[in-house]
Amino acid sequence: MSETPLIADLGTKEEAPLSGARIGVVTFPGTLDDRDAARAVRLAGGTPVALWHADETLGDVDAVVLPGGFSYGDYLRAGAIARFAPLMSKIVDAAKSDAKLPVLGICNGFQILTESHLLPGSMVKNDHLKFICRDQVLRVENAETAWTNQFEAGQEITVVLKNQDGQYVADEKTLDELEGEGRVAFRYVGWNPNGSRRGIAGITNAAGNVVGLMPHPEHAVEPGFAPLDGDTGAYSTDGLGFFTSVLNQLVGGAK
Amino acid sequence: MPRIVVDVMPKPEILDPQGKAIVGALPRLGFTAFSGVRQGKRFELTVEGPVTDEVLEQARNAATTMLSNPVIEDVVNVEVLAEDAEDTAAAGAAAAGAEA
Repeated sequence: MSETPLIADLGTKEEAPLSGARIGVVTFPGTLDDRDAARAVRLAGGTPVALWHADETLGDVDAVVLPGGFSYGDYLRAGAIARFAPLMSKIVDAAKSDAKLPVLGICNGFQILTESHLLPGSMVKNDHLKFICRDQVLRVENAETAWTNQFEAGQEITVVLKNQDGQYVADEKTLDELEGEGRVAFRYVGWNPNGSRRGIAGITNAAGNVVGLMPHPEHAVEPGFAPLDGDTGAYSTDGLGFFTSVLNQLVGGAK
Repeated sequence: MPRIVVDVMPKPEILDPQGKAIVGALPRLGFTAFSGVRQGKRFELTVEGPVTDEVLEQARNAATTMLSNPVIEDVVNVEVLAEDAEDTAAAGAAAAGAEA
């Protein structure tokens, strides 16, 4: 892979106490948001590790982020080809293992997780057929997962939504199971921006280590470059909670 | 060379936004006879050599594991393209003639 650093040099900063936690960020051909995801990891206090889709081994990482973008140009189906990348089989195995590797799939990463069958359901085109980019309020429905434990159940957060194939679909039985088992992690608030079944924006697996969502928490992590909170008009850094959650889980912290 | 066709359609219960957009646009061009459109995908798999049962089985497996997503799509057809069988026969005859 190239030697370009994943994030900018932010100058001398005090070493964060959690910087020992290594969060892998996977780049596929067509991935767009790997650098923002790596930056979010760094801002949350962890150490981002660049992973390449063709790598045969996962290496020494404590968690993995599958970032957004258009892997393989969304050809075939969004996420369908990336799913067969050599590194993905390692990630799937590690996520299902006793070690329960925490995996967060954002947007295209969520699509890859459903194509990999780590999460149920699938995404189809937005019901209005348009690409949509907006600040989006979500309700945290499950605040117990590896990626949401720094939120409160019912908390409303503002992050960025930007996608074309964002309509979450699954059969009624699967949807009932997700609801019954508390595996709906996030729901759209105020407006369903893509026709997702039951307003679902993100889900988790039963173990809570694999979470996928269509909106982009990594774009809401620092003032000046983040969406505005609808109520206060202040910059929303709510997305940081995803990354501090996994760091908290990795060090065995209490909720 | 022979080709195998794989047809994939969105499941009936899945809303097909593209089909919906098309059926909305058809009457604007005067095509008023159609009350519904569903848009699917057609894949053509080229085979080097004859299409054996094993090759066809591979195509069926590829169709269900990669070319379609069973959550949202159905494989509605897997078949060998008929005209290609003739092409291959003609090509074979030509090759045989050249050798003779």
